[in-house]
Amino acid sequence: MSVDNVIIDGFVNNKVEFITTVPCKQLGGVIDAAEKHPDIYHIPSNKEDEGMGLCAGAFMGGKRSAIIMQNTAIGVTINTLVTLTQYYRMPLPMLISYRGELGEPVACQAEMAVHTKALLAQLNIPTYHFHKQSDADEFDKILKYTFMCNKPVAILTDASFWGGY
Amino acid sequence: MIRSDIIKELASTIKDTLTVCNIGLPSQEMHMIDDQPSNFYMLGTMGLASSIGLGLALAQKSKVLVIDGDGSVLTNMGTLPTIANNVADNYVLLIIDNGSYGSTGDQPTYAGKLTSLTKVAEACGCKNVIECKAEDTVQVVKDALAGDEMTVIVSKCESGNIKVPVITMDPVVIRDRFMKTVAAQNA
Ligand SMILES: Cc1ncc(C[n+]2csc(CCOP(=O)(O)OP(=O)(O)O)c2C)c(N)n1
Ligand SMILES: [Mg+2]
Repeated sequence: MSVDNVIIDGFVNNKVEFITTVPCKQLGGVIDAAEKHPDIYHIPSNKEDEGMGLCAGAFMGGKRSAIIMQNTAIGVTINTLVTLTQYYRMPLPMLISYRGELGEPVACQAEMAVHTKALLAQLNIPTYHFHKQSDADEFDKILKYTFMCNKPVAILTDASFWGGY
Repeated sequence: MIRSDIIKELASTIKDTLTVCNIGLPSQEMHMIDDQPSNFYMLGTMGLASSIGLGLALAQKSKVLVIDGDGSVLTNMGTLPTIANNVADNYVLLIIDNGSYGSTGDQPTYAGKLTSLTKVAEACGCKNVIECKAEDTVQVVKDALAGDEMTVIVSKCESGNIKVPVITMDPVVIRDRFMKTVAAQNA
């Protein structure tokens, strides 16, 4: 099974029915799979904080939600993560493409990469890093953990995980 | 009429309606005038009321009213295309357009100048966009909630504020009683 489908199946098996996305080149396949899956309502958002608002509403409406985004969006979502997701204690799996790591061709991406883990750590956000495809074996447990503890949880997925650029 | 007059007039109409209230004075006024478990008060996160309400409307069946502000819609302008392209016929977005950032002391917004949020919403693809005078707002909201079509209402009112206490309720309590109300309405 492709890694895109492993991820989407993980969401579906954990009853995540509402997924918002902002694209990254690396996330193209997984976004496509979300769009095609009959059990997922895929709602593209225009900015990641907007997407987190959509997820908060869907969660309160009884649907588990998740966001798929690029690590460059962490800056614009800090206020939302802190004053909405964390303050009201809502679960939010965040599948994040970790741009700017080994193999990165675009120099600018390295600039946010060096801040990514530090920012997540500063926000006390549990953070997992998928580097090898087998790391996705933990995806199911990470989702269960997220909905157990009602926190935003970050899953950083680097270029090696997605199979290069 | 100012925002608090509209909220005062609106309160009895929306008593049991799932209502997402914008940050600052709209939430504080709603809380003071008629606190209900069906109200979700935003204590922060300027701009996201319309997004939270849309997610909620798409996820369940009950009608959802969002009481938003012009400044907040301007800060999260990307919300309007998302609303237009993800039609939820149980969703009513009321933008109280007082032409100012009321909650921070009525600094003017562009919506009070050359920018028409009504036209922006239409250009974004929203189908039922109604601009109304403050005086007509309650009737327009009533009709929208009674109908079965997604509606965006831009209520043009004067800027100005009344004195209201801050909300001291814990956010988890706000969310918990709101979610219980949502679940009961969908049972
Ligand atoms: C990111 C951010 N910037 C600024 C503020 C301060 N702030 C709180 S409410 C508000 C005004 C909102 O204006 P509007 O949506 O028009 O609502 P009104 O108070 O006029 O009803 C501002 C600027 C904030 N809370 N968050
Ligand atoms: Mg205003």
